[in-house]
Amino acid sequence: MNEISITQILFVSTALFFIGMYGLFTRRNMITMLMAIELILNSVNINFVAFNKYLYPGKLDGVFFTIFVITIAAAEAAVAIAIIINLYRSHHSIDVDDASELKY
Amino acid sequence: MNNYSYIALIPLLPLATFLMLGLFGRKYFKTFSGTIGTASLLASTVLSLYTAYNYFFIDGKVNGVFQKIIALKYTWLQFSPNVSIDMGIILDPISVMMIVVVTFVSLMVHIFSLGYMKGEERFATYYAFLSLFTFSMLGLVLSSNIFQIYMFWELVGVSSFLLIGYYFEKPSAVAAAKKAFIVTRFADLGFLIGILILAFYSGTLDFGVLIERLTSTQSSQYISITSASFLGASILTWGLTLVFIGGAGKSAMFPLHIWLPDAMEGPTPVSALIHAATMVVAGVYLVARLFPVFSIDVTALQIVTYVGAFSALLAAIIACTQTDIKRVLAYSTMSQIGYMMFALGVSKYGGENGLGYMASMFHLFTHAFFKSLLFLGAGAVIHLVHSNEMKDMGGLRKLMPITHITFLIACLAIAGIPPFAGFFSKEEILLAAYHSNYFVYGIAVFTSGLTAFYMFRLYYSIFWSREADVHDAHHGEGTFSMKLPLIILGVCALVAGFVPIASLITSDGAALETHVDIKFSALPVILAVLGIAMATFLYKTKSDRASNVAEGFGGLYTAAYKKFYIDEIYLFITKKIIFNLIGRPAAWIDKNIVDGFMNLLATTTGKISELIKGFQSGKVQNYALYFFGGILGLAVLFIYLWK
Repeated sequence: MNEISITQILFVSTALFFIGMYGLFTRRNMITMLMAIELILNSVNINFVAFNKYLYPGKLDGVFFTIFVITIAAAEAAVAIAIIINLYRSHHSIDVDDASELKY
Repeated sequence: MNNYSYIALIPLLPLATFLMLGLFGRKYFKTFSGTIGTASLLASTVLSLYTAYNYFFIDGKVNGVFQKIIALKYTWLQFSPNVSIDMGIILDPISVMMIVVVTFVSLMVHIFSLGYMKGEERFATYYAFLSLFTFSMLGLVLSSNIFQIYMFWELVGVSSFLLIGYYFEKPSAVAAAKKAFIVTRFADLGFLIGILILAFYSGTLDFGVLIERLTSTQSSQYISITSASFLGASILTWGLTLVFIGGAGKSAMFPLHIWLPDAMEGPTPVSALIHAATMVVAGVYLVARLFPVFSIDVTALQIVTYVGAFSALLAAIIACTQTDIKRVLAYSTMSQIGYMMFALGVSKYGGENGLGYMASMFHLFTHAFFKSLLFLGAGAVIHLVHSNEMKDMGGLRKLMPITHITFLIACLAIAGIPPFAGFFSKEEILLAAYHSNYFVYGIAVFTSGLTAFYMFRLYYSIFWSREADVHDAHHGEGTFSMKLPLIILGVCALVAGFVPIASLITSDGAALETHVDIKFSALPVILAVLGIAMATFLYKTKSDRASNVAEGFGGLYTAAYKKFYIDEIYLFITKKIIFNLIGRPAAWIDKNIVDGFMNLLATTTGKISELIKGFQSGKVQNYALYFFGGILGLAVLFIYLWK
C-alpha cells in the first residue's frame, strides 16, 4: 500500500472546505448552512491531523486541537439549533432570507 | 464706633421676602403676601432710619467731616493676590440718605399697593417683584465697589423689566418692558466698558481706593490714565463718559430717555417707586458716587452738565403737551433728573464750590417724596376713573379731597413755591448753576417756569376743568391703605425742604453754609407763579383757550406732542438702517454661509450613506461573504503584497 502523501490529504481537506463554503453561501436553509459549517470545521480537523502526523510525528498537539474543535462544534451545533428553533417560532420558516429585518 | 454689621439686614430682609413670596406666595399666602412684604419692609425702614440717626448724629463725623465707613467686607472672587472682587457695604452720607429714601418710598408704595392691587390674580407675585426691586436698589446704593454696583445695577434693570411687564397680557406692556430693558441694557454696555477702563487703569475695583488713586495727581495710575488718549480725549474722559452713559440710560437722560414714558405701562405704584423716586436716580447716584473722579475731568463734567440741562428742557416742553397723566409725570421726572445731573455737572469738589453736589443730592431727596406722592395720587385717580387720559377726568376735587390736597402740595413742591420742599432744593441748584454757567442757569430758570405750568395744567385737568360725573363716584376715594401714604408723603413734601442736607451731605463731607437769598429766589418764584397763573387761565375751566394757544404754537406744539419724533428717529435708525444694513446681511450670512456649510456637511454624509447602505442588506449570507472576502483580501495582502 502506497504511502499517502500530505498533498493528497490537503486536496481532500481543501475540497471539503470549499464545498462547505459553497454550501454556506448558496443554501438558504439554516440547517443546511449549519451542516456546511460542520464541513468547514472538519476540513480544518483533517489539516490538523495531517500536519501533526507528517510534520511532528512524536507529538499530539494537533490531535488535541482536533478534539477541541469537535467539542466546540458540538456546542456550536446545540446553540445554532436553539437559534433555529427560535427563528422558526417567530418567522415560521428557517430560511435565512426571511429573517432580514436587521438592515438599514 | 458702632458695629454697623446689622446693616446687611436692610437689603437682606426684602431678599428673604422675595424668596418666600416668589416660591410659596401664590400657594400659601395669597392674601397675606402684601402684609408680609410690608411688614418686612417696615423693619428695613426702621433699621435704615436708625442707621441714618447713628451715622449722621452720633459717629459718622470725625473732626467735622463725614467719613466713609466700610461696614462689611467679604472677598468674593480672588483672582490674584492684588485683584479680587469683594462684596461690601459702604456707608457715607449719600448711601445713608439713599437707603432712607429707598426704604421709605418703597414702604409707602407697599402700603399703597395693599389697596391699589387688591384682588389682583398675581398679588403675591407683585409683592415678590417689589421686594426684589427693593433688595436690588438697596444693594446698589450700599455697594462698596464698582463691580458690585454693576451687578445690582443689572438686577434693578431686571426687576424693573418684570414690574413694567406685570400686566403681561397687554401687548403694550410687553413692548414697554422690552423697550426699557433693551435701552437700559444698551446703556449698560457703556457702563461695563467704563468700569473696565477705570478698573484697568486704577488696578482696583474698590471705590475708596479707585477714587484715591485717580484723584491724586502724583500717583502713577493718574498719570497713565490721563496721558493715554483715544480719539482726541484722554482715557479718563472716555471711562467717565462711558460710565455716565450707563447712568444716563437708567436715569432716562436724552437720548436714552425713550423707555421711561413707555414704562408707565406698569402698575402705577410701581411707577411711583421705580420710575420716579428710586431707580431713575441711580444714574445720578452713580455720578455722585464717582464724583471726586468726575470733578477732576472737565470734559466729562461738561457732558454731564449739557446732557442734564438739555434733558431737563426737552422733557419739560414735551410734558406740556401730553394728555396721559402718567406720561406727563414721566416727562416731569426726566426733567427733574436732568436738574440733578446738571447740578452735579456744574459742581466742583470740596467746600463752597461743592454747592452743586449738595444741591443735586438735596433735590434727589426732596424729589423722591413729592414725585412718588404725585404718582401715588395719580394712581388713586386712575383707580377711580379707570383711565389715564386727562379728558376722562375733571372735577375730581370733591370726590377725592385727600388726594386733591396732597396732589396740590406735591404740585406746589415741584413748582418750587416756598415753603414746600422743592423750593429749597431747586433754589440751591439754580444758585450753583448761576455761579458757574449762565447758559445752563438760563435753561434751568426757564424750565422751572415750564415745570410750574405743566404741573398745574395736570392739576387743573384732573381736579377742576369740569364738573364731575356722578357715575365716577361709585367706589369713593379708595381704602385707608391708599390714603395713608398720600398723607405721610404730603407731610414729607411739606417739611423735607427743612432737613439740613447742606450740613450732612456735601462733596467732601464737611458741612456747608447755605442761606436763602430773597433777591436771588425772586426770579424763579415769579416765573413759577406766572406758570401757575397761565395754567389757571387756560385750564381751570373748560374753554377753547388752551387749544387756541396750542394752535398758536403750531408746528412746535405738534412736534412736542409727538415727543419731537425721537421714537420715530429711533425706529428709523433701528428698522431702516441697522436692520437693513447690519441685521439682514448678518442674517443672510447666518442662513446661507454658516447654516449652508453645516447643511453641506449633512447632505454629503447623507449621500455617502445612501451609497453604501446597500451593504447592510440584512442577509446573513451577504455578511458572511463580505467577511470571508475581507479575510481573503487580507490574506492576499499579507502573503503576497506585504513584503
